[in-house]
Amino acid sequence: MLDLLEKTAKHNGLVLAFALVGLVMLVSMVLSKRLTMGRVHGSAIAILIGLGLAYWGGIQSGGQKGLADLSLFAGVGLMGGAMLRDFAIVATAFEVQVVEARKAGMVGVVALLLGTLLPFVVGASVAWGFGYRDAVSITTIGAGAVTYIVGPVTGAAIGASSEVMALSIATGLVKAIMVMVGTPMAARYLRLRTPRSAMVFGGLAGTVSGVSAGLAATDRRLVPYGALVATFHTGLGCLLGPSLLFFATRALVA
Amino acid sequence: MIIYGTALLAVCHLLGIFLGDLLGAALGAKTNVGGVGIAMILLICARLWMHKRGLMPAQTEMGVGFWGAMYIPVVVAMAAQQNVVSALRGGPVALMAAFGSVLVCAVCVNLINRSERDVPESDWDPEAKARIQPHSV
Repeated sequence: MLDLLEKTAKHNGLVLAFALVGLVMLVSMVLSKRLTMGRVHGSAIAILIGLGLAYWGGIQSGGQKGLADLSLFAGVGLMGGAMLRDFAIVATAFEVQVVEARKAGMVGVVALLLGTLLPFVVGASVAWGFGYRDAVSITTIGAGAVTYIVGPVTGAAIGASSEVMALSIATGLVKAIMVMVGTPMAARYLRLRTPRSAMVFGGLAGTVSGVSAGLAATDRRLVPYGALVATFHTGLGCLLGPSLLFFATRALVA
Repeated sequence: MIIYGTALLAVCHLLGIFLGDLLGAALGAKTNVGGVGIAMILLICARLWMHKRGLMPAQTEMGVGFWGAMYIPVVVAMAAQQNVVSALRGGPVALMAAFGSVLVCAVCVNLINRSERDVPESDWDPEAKARIQPHSV
């Protein structure tokens, strides 16, 4: 009986992964509502649980691919692998309305560029400060400080180690949580009152999860404006990270 | 048909990755340069072009929308296969890099928003302007 169940799971890896991730999302959404009153976004909790599962999987298997190293959960490796990940990220570009985006004007573009450049410089400097000396690792950690998507996408493109990738995701995740929790508290300091200010915030704060959750807790009406600019953030980061920023870092380090 | 949307997404994805590889080869990077970003731009352009010609019925949009909505779950699955055990050894790096960048960006937001004149709230109607659904990440 148990053998049959295990066989079913192993032969349907990807389907099992869908069910597992769905369960994780459900638990996270409930935790978000009950424990944090919606202050911490459910998706952030889900990603934390994912990282927790990866830790558990890593301890259990002694491998490098977290939960995916356990043969029972190999499907998670396919679902969260490079192919489906990039596919889903590209699909989010569909939600960007160019006409709306143009209203952000120059200040939105400036905020976007600063929002990519400044966190990258800070992240790369911290990486340097902690003894990383190769351009690939420094770039990946710097990119992680942009968002937790830009980090692994950049790392995968330039061939970073899984360890550095995980560190880069952790950086982006910590940043997203800080933005989520900190935005309502810092709303006055950030002068979040108008669509324009929300767009500036969206461009600079980056992470869509952080921005949309942070703005939702500040002023629900500002969410689309912040999220709109923030949606460009990941694309810009994915474009600049493995190219311009990597070349610049390599030139500086070498 | 829903598959048209997914196929469009797939074509943009493949073309973007391919162009990213070409760009990488041209720049001597030996890696993919911005393939995902290029694919996103291609998809935005394709959408605008098809919308103008009425080639984008709701069914087709759903073929892309589904995958856009799967973005968070996929990221969760991605998180579940990272080398967290090794990453934890570098704990302070993540904390300091994140805190530093949040701080720098907050100061920057304050400086830019300082330049804005006060706009009465009635000047912006969120219902009319907020036509897009922000996908909550």
